[in-house]
Amino acid sequence: MSSDGKAGQGTSHWFDDDAGPVVRPYAMTRGRTTSAGQHRLDLIAVVVAETRADDREADHTLAPEHVDIVELCRSTPQSVAELASELDLPIGVVRVLVGDLVAQELVHVTRPVPPAELPDESILRDVINGLRAL
Amino acid sequence: MAILGRSARRKPTVEPVTLKILVAGGFGVGKTTLVGAVSEIKPLRTEETLSEAGRPVDDLVGVEAKSTTTVAMDFGRITLREDLVLYLFGTPGQDRFWFLWDELAQGSLGAVVLADTRRLEDCFAAIDYFERRAIPFAVGVNCFDEADRYPADMVRQALDLDDGVPVVLCDARDRQSVKEVLVTVVRHAMARATAAREAANG
Repeated sequence: MSSDGKAGQGTSHWFDDDAGPVVRPYAMTRGRTTSAGQHRLDLIAVVVAETRADDREADHTLAPEHVDIVELCRSTPQSVAELASELDLPIGVVRVLVGDLVAQELVHVTRPVPPAELPDESILRDVINGLRAL
Repeated sequence: MAILGRSARRKPTVEPVTLKILVAGGFGVGKTTLVGAVSEIKPLRTEETLSEAGRPVDDLVGVEAKSTTTVAMDFGRITLREDLVLYLFGTPGQDRFWFLWDELAQGSLGAVVLADTRRLEDCFAAIDYFERRAIPFAVGVNCFDEADRYPADMVRQALDLDDGVPVVLCDARDRQSVKEVLVTVVRHAMARATAAREAANG
């Protein structure tokens, strides 16, 4: 407890400069940091637009960022890391937004090889051959 | 807003298998350079905003604890085939972001630990990390022009590596050299997997 009554003034800058960036990106997710029923999406999980996303008129419950994600994934499936980089959003925000889109069946996500399980030997061979051929 | 309308002319999309290799090592050892040497895209940067409140070590006295940190991870992509894509992730250099590594390391194929012989100790932490989690890794000794060269075996001894761990001298700027390092990691991962399978089958 400060004995100086003006202490509040001295620390108020923290809210402006440092507290701000914490909150702002997550305004797009309405403060959510996880999405319901969603296991944590891996950085290399690939987001694929569903065909029905083409046919559906934009829904007003979708934020522009949701629409951006569907747009980006339509022509080429994109990894979560690429989406975050492309849209300049923190990974955590992209995870929540993708979770929303999965819930609305506008996209689906392909799971990368499960942790603790190495991919097939044949895939590893393909990787080696692919690297050599670069 | 008819952004989502536009049907027909779409070819069936290929859903690629994605794999990742981590690139670890001390600050300034050339992680992003290595990624850039083989990536088909300019290394991208992705960020995670962390609130200090989410970290157990902090005690929340005072408003200062609310300050945030942004951790950047650089990554690159190599499309090996239309349906097979390899991502390279440079791990955040600062030690205090170790907890982010867990998420990066999960499901990774293996790792490259980049070392600089002038500051070998900078990569100890990364080696410990991968050893403890049994993640296959190879050590790439980035041969800086101005640094003295040491044979791979000397580096292996200095790092006290297990016999199986490959050590390769490399140049993080050189595409060919980096490709060789990556092939070494994948081969090592494959050998480990085979050995594990044989052990399991008696």
